[in-house]
Amino acid sequence: MRTILFIIRKETLQVLRDRIMLVQIFVPPVLQLLILAQAMTFEVKHTDLALVDLDRSPASERLVERFTASGRFEVAVWTPSGDVADEALLTREASAVLRIPEGFERDLRRGQPPAVQLVLNAEDGAAAGVRQAYAAQILAAFTQAEAAGPIGASMRAATDARPGVAIQTRTLYNPEGAYLAYMAIGLLASLVTLVGILLTSQNIAREKEIGTLEQLNVTPITKRQFIVGKLAPFWVLGLIELTVGLLVIRLVFGIPFAGPVALVYLGAGVYLFAALGLGLLISTAVQTQQQAQFLTFFVLVTFFFLGGIFTPVQSMPGWAQTVAEFNPIKHFAALLRAVLIKGGGFGDVVGGIGAMAAFAVVVLTLALLRYRKTAA
Amino acid sequence: MADRGPTIPREEAAVWAQDLTRTFGSFIAVDHITFAVAQGEVFGFLGANGAGKTTAIKMLTGLLAPSGGTAHTAGYDVAEQPDEVKRRIGYMSQRFALYDDLTVKENVRFYGGVYGLTDRQIAERMAAMLARLGFERMARERVGRLPLGWKQKLDFSVALLHEPEVVFLDEPTGGVDPVTRRQFWELIYAAAQGGTTVFVTTHYMDEAEYCDRVSIMVAGTIAALGTPAELKAQFAAASIDEVFLRLARPVEEAASS
Repeated sequence: MRTILFIIRKETLQVLRDRIMLVQIFVPPVLQLLILAQAMTFEVKHTDLALVDLDRSPASERLVERFTASGRFEVAVWTPSGDVADEALLTREASAVLRIPEGFERDLRRGQPPAVQLVLNAEDGAAAGVRQAYAAQILAAFTQAEAAGPIGASMRAATDARPGVAIQTRTLYNPEGAYLAYMAIGLLASLVTLVGILLTSQNIAREKEIGTLEQLNVTPITKRQFIVGKLAPFWVLGLIELTVGLLVIRLVFGIPFAGPVALVYLGAGVYLFAALGLGLLISTAVQTQQQAQFLTFFVLVTFFFLGGIFTPVQSMPGWAQTVAEFNPIKHFAALLRAVLIKGGGFGDVVGGIGAMAAFAVVVLTLALLRYRKTAA
Repeated sequence: MADRGPTIPREEAAVWAQDLTRTFGSFIAVDHITFAVAQGEVFGFLGANGAGKTTAIKMLTGLLAPSGGTAHTAGYDVAEQPDEVKRRIGYMSQRFALYDDLTVKENVRFYGGVYGLTDRQIAERMAAMLARLGFERMARERVGRLPLGWKQKLDFSVALLHEPEVVFLDEPTGGVDPVTRRQFWELIYAAAQGGTTVFVTTHYMDEAEYCDRVSIMVAGTIAALGTPAELKAQFAAASIDEVFLRLARPVEEAASS
């Protein structure tokens, strides 16, 4: 036990002394969180619209106004010609065409479905889908308002019908704030992982490179003492990193935490054993810091993309979903989202914690077996 | 030599090896070496680059598993009980062991702690060591800022901190000036007088003359072993340098032809 304390003291002194590394541990991740969380969004703002209004009625004007007032669409081309509008789509002057047919208001009054056409440039399929959803929302809001407005009143007087079609729209997309929370938490999970794995693998590779590891191998330090003494300071650093990230999310982005933060720390504590164990395992396979970096980035990218940090696991092929079950990052990101966004309790995350713990036991055991004080 | 044992009984030897062998694939780095080092001796372990000195030291210190033969260091079998061996030896490798980003004191405290010394032992030995080296004013200096010769003296003193029975020095004086080399050898003698066995490799043949006994390794085997005077008489040479050249040259010629 005393030996472990001496190792921890030495590691802590070295970390505190390496000012450049300390800055690297905290400044770039916070900047990433601040910039990327806002930049990486599924939201599509300002769609340039080519408008073909063949009705030119007060109702069509109200519809166009709804599109522009939403802030999501801007009329870039205003033309009575369908060909000109199509041309605008081709030249990318507009990324969508809204065609309001002649007799739009008339149909609306008669209670017939208004046949509005929306043509989308689907080069970017995801963006096109989002635009379509926005348009559907606007149309739904429009018909509702019309029903409550003068047209609806005059119609209700004549018949029992209500104007417009009942466009049923379910909001499948989060309001703006939830995007930010989703991305910020994904980034936080990746940053804690990056710092944990890279610090460990680099640190031990460095000792190999400068020769001090050989010196430690000729002392009575046991493998267990070495591993505990090495990992403990990085475990604490990982939790500090998490704390900084949580503060940014809470104070800078103003995202409230729905569930108990203590549960986040419990999960992170377990998760860091898995991440640091992986870093340790990497360090047993390399001789230099450069090799450690290369291997770490390879492992990280694989784990990130198969971990559902930024893309949902559900949209992966079946085999990848199975692989993701063994990926501790998947469980960590899921835990963070479950607790912080959805307000989940211990029962919601205990399975994930178990999976992370199992992973940690496996990698730490492998690292313990691979690390040798006496070369074979 | 493989048929007979070392001249010193195993129980009395600080280092004892019989038919110690290490292969890397088909390459035989150390080929059945048999020798023993008496307690308190300054033993010079000479050989050209690639002769197998460092491989032999790594086996004797428990860093590398032998492929064959037996070796005992400080009374323990290096293959069976490497941890008991490690508790009782000091080791100064060709690479620097101290942490550049820690101060002299912090390095000493770390290695003292690792060897299980009490806080009081660490404090006392550190004070004595700094006084002996004249390093008191440098105690709070980071090791990375010290000149090479100082670092090596410090490295050696740290290897002795836990008062090991045997200390292994792998080319400890490489790259330092003659004055510092001289001072280094004074430290070696002081350690030997304190009862520590010193096992030292070197490239400097004048240093070999300072040793109680020397062995000369050629191509993985021990080609000669004895006191400097014995070896000079045996090879009718004026210096160890000459003995060394005579032993190493046939091999080099064979290798180049």
